Amino acid sequence: MPTVLILGANAGIGRALAAEFASHQHDLILAGRDLAELQALAADLNLRHNVTTRAERVDVLNFEALESALAACTVPAGDSLEGVVLCTGYLGDPETAQKDLGEARRILDTNFTGSVLALNILANHFEQKGNGFICALSSVAGDRGRQSNYLYGSAKGGLTTYLQGLRNRLYHSGVHVITVKPGFVDTRMVFGKAKLPLVALPEAVARDIYHAVKKRKNVVYVPWFWRIIMFMVCSIPEGLFKKLRM
Amino acid sequence: MKPTFATKPLSGWGRYPVEACHVFRPEKRSEVAATLASGQQSSYIPRGLGRSYGDAALNENAGVIWQVLLNRFLSFDSASGVLECECGVSLAEIIQCFLPRGWFLPVTPGTKYVTVGGAIAADIHGKNHHKDGSFSNFVLHFRLLTPTGEVLLCSPEAHPDIFWATVGGMGLTGVMLSARLQLRRVDSAYVFVDFHKAPNLEDALATMEASDERYDYSVAWIDGLATGKTMGRSVLMRGNHAAAAELPVRVRQPLATPNGPRWNLFLDFPSVILNRLTVKAFNTAYYAVHHTASRQLVSMEKFFYPLDAISQWNRIYGKRGFVQYQIALPQASGREGLRTILDRLARSGRVSFLAVLKRFGDAGPGLLSFPLRGYTLALDIPAAHGLVPFLHELDRMTLDHGGRIYLAKDAVLRAEDFAAMYPQLDSFRAIKRKLDPKRLFSSSLARRLKIVD
Repeated sequence: MPTVLILGANAGIGRALAAEFASHQHDLILAGRDLAELQALAADLNLRHNVTTRAERVDVLNFEALESALAACTVPAGDSLEGVVLCTGYLGDPETAQKDLGEARRILDTNFTGSVLALNILANHFEQKGNGFICALSSVAGDRGRQSNYLYGSAKGGLTTYLQGLRNRLYHSGVHVITVKPGFVDTRMVFGKAKLPLVALPEAVARDIYHAVKKRKNVVYVPWFWRIIMFMVCSIPEGLFKKLRM
Repeated sequence: MKPTFATKPLSGWGRYPVEACHVFRPEKRSEVAATLASGQQSSYIPRGLGRSYGDAALNENAGVIWQVLLNRFLSFDSASGVLECECGVSLAEIIQCFLPRGWFLPVTPGTKYVTVGGAIAADIHGKNHHKDGSFSNFVLHFRLLTPTGEVLLCSPEAHPDIFWATVGGMGLTGVMLSARLQLRRVDSAYVFVDFHKAPNLEDALATMEASDERYDYSVAWIDGLATGKTMGRSVLMRGNHAAAAELPVRVRQPLATPNGPRWNLFLDFPSVILNRLTVKAFNTAYYAVHHTASRQLVSMEKFFYPLDAISQWNRIYGKRGFVQYQIALPQASGREGLRTILDRLARSGRVSFLAVLKRFGDAGPGLLSFPLRGYTLALDIPAAHGLVPFLHELDRMTLDHGGRIYLAKDAVLRAEDFAAMYPQLDSFRAIKRKLDPKRLFSSSLARRLKIVD
């Protein structure tokens, strides 16, 4: 059976996506920082969907160990590895990050540096293989910087740009790259925050992402209407935009 | 980073009362301990799917640990039917996953949208209580995160005092993280049901008494509005699991199960819709359309969960919500007690849309467990002016007949009546004090009933 590697499978969209792929009979490699939790999820998906699952510890912030940690995921899977979905992300606390460089670095390193390094390693694996897909979760926040989350947004914007280039490079070797831009989703990032409109369920978003992967889309907004919202947000002239509070 | 919480108005399934609570939604087991240790709230109460009716899973202006995302299956032995899972797993998930493999819940309430943790904390019962007892009879062990941050493996053998305080303990002893359950082997997703129309309470009780032992499951719908000679008229529904070989050929997949609710009540009904006239009409019609009949093939879904077909059915009672009132009465005084209470209800002018009667088997060892040998009666009464004093009057009648109230449904009981109904309360308090010296676990129900001093 085809195997999918999910990075950041422990919570939120990553966990919902793992369940979505499992329900379509894909074997899974579940990667993330907390191995005990991943093992529980692996057992759960195996029982619910009768697919083979495996948990691996991967921390995208541990740059030095990233190559070996990802090799532990990809090598045993061999040719059955159909693709990877990168769901790692860290919203952090924007206010803390204005003063605390440690928090700022954590936001940048998780959402950009660590994620891009992981994708760089995996890109080589799939390029050599000559097929498969690489899907990564960017964010609508990366489309335009706003005062409330521009550190997170700029890192995700950088990730979006990286994925554009990667898509262009890997096209020629038959590997497909999908950029996913979720809006507000009912995960840890949103739970407990002041009332936000249009919050989608992780399960619904996971279904959309699964279909985007199967239909070989390039860039998808989930749910779809965020494409319209972000088009409007991006059309506001900068002279006016800088005066807004959002 | 400190665990974040969302402050929101919460209620139980009866939508009465509604209180502002600070809700935490842990996604990892380690986050539960981190939440307790963070010192952000004065107290905490675990919550699952919020199907207890009153204020059992509310903690006004304090912490609620919403366990819905801690819902992973951990292991299953397909030879013995022993399942280990996290306590946020719902009974619906267990059915969906394991009924197609020939395993069903050993005890199930009238909805499958409750969590395993909630099922243990309320020590729920089902239509088979007269034969199999309550849910805790099938709990082999659970892992309890205690208020002091220890994880204890509790079973009837290991820490039995804590086990029996937690069973029926309404979440006040800590957070149950995972549990090991014994499932029940079944051959099909169907039940053969015998229907019996009982023209009055005497006939209903006598029929149950005489023949309940022949059935795995037994329950009666009872007309809460009938008076005089027809008081307590009922439709008895009693069934046994159907073996695959007994099924008619049209049933091609004996273990196939339907998915999810079919309808959704997405609006509040105006409160006037359920009035004496409409309920009387409904009850008369319900009694009229049922006939005494034997061996009717009914799917488990319809037999056990008729209301689960409509998501948010509680909105039928309108914005004000309703109170579910369930009592247990001992065998000896039960008949008299039922008569008194049904008579008082019928004369009160209040309506009870769904009333259910059944026989209970022996009480279990849970210190605050609800069932006791005798009868149980459940009524849905819309919240309206004067309801609370009326229910207090029923509480006294229940108490006078040696009965008690089901905490999972209660919203109005007074502390002194509660203490008289649950004679093992002091033993519970002693264990709770030892386990939770800083009183970190509390709920609106616990404060109302003075379970936590």
